Amino acid sequence: MRLLAVYLCGVLFALGLGVAGMTQPTKVIAFLDIFGDWDPSLAFVMGGAVGVNLLLYRLTLRRRRPLLEEAFVIPSRRAINARLLGGAALFGVGWGLSGYCPGPALVASVSGTTPVLAFVAAMVAGMLVFQKLPGEEPRPGESRPGESRPGALRAGRSGAQAGPGAAPPGAGREGCEGCG
Amino acid sequence: MGGILIGLAAAALFFLNGKILGISNITAELLYPRRPGKAWRGVFLLGLLSGGLILLAWHPGSLAVPSPAPLGLLILAGFLVGYGASLGRGCTSGHGICGISRLSARSIVATLVFMGSGMLTVYLVRHVIGAGS
Repeated sequence: MRLLAVYLCGVLFALGLGVAGMTQPTKVIAFLDIFGDWDPSLAFVMGGAVGVNLLLYRLTLRRRRPLLEEAFVIPSRRAINARLLGGAALFGVGWGLSGYCPGPALVASVSGTTPVLAFVAAMVAGMLVFQKLPGEEPRPGESRPGESRPGALRAGRSGAQAGPGAAPPGAGREGCEGCG
Repeated sequence: MGGILIGLAAAALFFLNGKILGISNITAELLYPRRPGKAWRGVFLLGLLSGGLILLAWHPGSLAVPSPAPLGLLILAGFLVGYGASLGRGCTSGHGICGISRLSARSIVATLVFMGSGMLTVYLVRHVIGAGS
């Protein structure tokens, strides 16, 4: 049941990316081409996605736990540091060069065409190289079985009141922020 | 319409399973040799690929558009996307959609940075070097 729900969310997300045009690199590049023939339509896609999610995220956090699991898993990292900025900057260069980001590239990879498959393979290679290199950022709340610690939601709520997007210490956590 | 579906998918994953929908994290965690939480991530990616197959059957135009970048550049771009998303711990879905929805300052900054560097890259490729359009 839990996994079925996850599966269906994956299907829905892929359909959304396809319908929105995110799986068309030329459209993504046209969206990023603000100095040229700018196509703003993906801004509305992003706005729609964020709007819906913002509202439903708030409503969901009124619950003590998700419907099918014990606790919410909310990213724990807060720091705005060189890793975040450098990683995002590199990511943007790759995104702008290709017109692909990870989700749309994976969705488009079912077409089986060489360019998308090459992109996905290189993306996986990039992730693996990162994982093999030393000096990975320590995860806040490293205790690993803590993936689903009860009580995250209560804490998450007070955190949301304390500051923008705050997830307080002790919330159910995972070593990713944003987890894109 | 597509944006609404994307938002609904992310919201549903959080409401039902309490998870943040971030593609690069989901993919990267599966690549580590021993990590908990592989089952749901693997199933999510299966769902994502199944959605791709549905698009291929009913809306094939959405997947038929190739990237204007030549193969070598695509490989470089893929590497930068994978490495950059790992270093910055998030991509368009996790920082861009979920992070902004959570009003996470970190994610908002990351999104502004990768949109900025993406726009700068497109500017350089298209209007300075004059290729790729």
